[in-house]
Amino acid sequence: MGKVIISVLGKDAVGIIAKVCTMLSENNVNINDISQTIIQGYFNMMMIADLSASSIKLADLQANLDKIGEEMGVQIKCQREEIFDKMHRI
Amino acid sequence: MININEVVETNKMIEQENLDVRTITMGISLLDCADENLDICCEKIFKKITTYAKDLVKTGEEISRDFGIPIVNKRVSITPISLVGASCCKTPADYVQIAKTLDKAAAQLGINFMGGYSAIVSKGMTPSDELLIRSIPEAMAQTERLCSSINVGSTKTGINMDAVRLLGDIVLETAEKTKERDSIGCAKLVVLCNAPDDNPFMAGAFHGVSEADAIINVGVSGPGVVKYALEQIHGASFEVLSETIKRTAFKITRVGQLVAQEASKRLGVPFGIIDLSLAPTPAIGDSVADILHEMGVEYAGAPGTTAALAMLNDQVKKGGVMASSYVGGLSGAFIPVSEDQGMIDSVEVGALTIEKLEAMTCVCSVGLDMIAIPGDTKATTIAGIIADEAAIGMVNQKTTAVRIIPVIGKGVGDRVEFGGLLGYAPIMPVNKFDCSNFVNRTGSIPAPIHSFKN
Repeated sequence: MGKVIISVLGKDAVGIIAKVCTMLSENNVNINDISQTIIQGYFNMMMIADLSASSIKLADLQANLDKIGEEMGVQIKCQREEIFDKMHRI
Repeated sequence: MININEVVETNKMIEQENLDVRTITMGISLLDCADENLDICCEKIFKKITTYAKDLVKTGEEISRDFGIPIVNKRVSITPISLVGASCCKTPADYVQIAKTLDKAAAQLGINFMGGYSAIVSKGMTPSDELLIRSIPEAMAQTERLCSSINVGSTKTGINMDAVRLLGDIVLETAEKTKERDSIGCAKLVVLCNAPDDNPFMAGAFHGVSEADAIINVGVSGPGVVKYALEQIHGASFEVLSETIKRTAFKITRVGQLVAQEASKRLGVPFGIIDLSLAPTPAIGDSVADILHEMGVEYAGAPGTTAALAMLNDQVKKGGVMASSYVGGLSGAFIPVSEDQGMIDSVEVGALTIEKLEAMTCVCSVGLDMIAIPGDTKATTIAGIIADEAAIGMVNQKTTAVRIIPVIGKGVGDRVEFGGLLGYAPIMPVNKFDCSNFVNRTGSIPAPIHSFKN
């Protein structure tokens, strides 16, 4: 498995990034890039994560992120990078 | 590297603008299932379909989850059954047995539609073709997931008017046989001219004889995304308008291409084509009519609609062609009535008539689609409507189709509810004047002069 994009959308709260990063590091997932912005009052965070050294399956990673999202009251998506690459790059 | 705005844009398209991949359709050849014995033929058909497509639904769901893009339908198209059943079907009832087998296979796979209960009769009908056509009413009444399509004409061959006349009767009979469910059988029956061999969309999908043993075709969608993009450039010039449609179509199609390649890889089946279509659904905001409205016509059907649709259709193709390695199927904007809330609204305010829809079909993909008409419409009138559409397709070298539903027991002012993706529709009035002396002539309409290119 290559790179995935993890995006968080919701109200800003203490510890969202910490929680996500902890879970990723526990699973040996490397983070290549993080950026965040506020769009129309909502907190948007995007992370490019590299799964190549990790043994976790994408579906399990998604399930873990869903759990964190539920706890924090935000929406967390984890998608393979190609969908964004294909759509925005020729 | 991907930036946050691009991620937000893509996910907004998916979550708020109804971007989805409308269908992954696996085409499966059943030519090697032909047998003189009907039971053995059915057995081979069932086995081949349920073996080849056994992972289709699961794979579709996995791809959907990995990329975070909804894949609405997973479907199967098959070789036109009139070819497969030719040696073992002696009566229409024999064909119905095959239909039930196909329905059972579709149910086992967990797909919502299977297309290919079809016959290609653009020049003439074999006895087998005719038996299949005559079996359609019973087959559509006895199955849930099977779709039927008949190709009655082409630019190369002209229009088989004997088949057109027969289908006028068959459409009515199908309506009659499913009258307790608002004649829903007709929603699964489409009559085509210039039918493509690789169309992934129902009800007209079949796996043509020019195709490989199995193939993956993907239909993309996204009227909501185009509409949103046009809202951002409200009032801009035609140049900006066409550029915006093109760019949006490019983005939508790239997602389809990605999903198609991934499905092909995971299923071990070659990738066929991407069908670049704007296919609406009854969901609010997922409407081709709403795009036309945003382009500047008050309702679909107002003067200017045909020009707006022509431009939309063309720009979708121009943007999509560059985004995909192989393009095919129907590719363009669909204008079904019952499946598009904006179209329904246009009919209900009196802006849109069958005649205007017919004009619109000259410039976009497909034809008179999901239109409910009074149940007392004559068979010859239905045949006349089919002939008109086929003529448009034949002369303009494009695919056209008719999927109309004469709703038994209902008339103008009533409404029918088909449910799900098929939506609901107000019954539209049909021209009352007679065409029986025309359609009752035997034989076929010769191919147009511009078909002779050799």
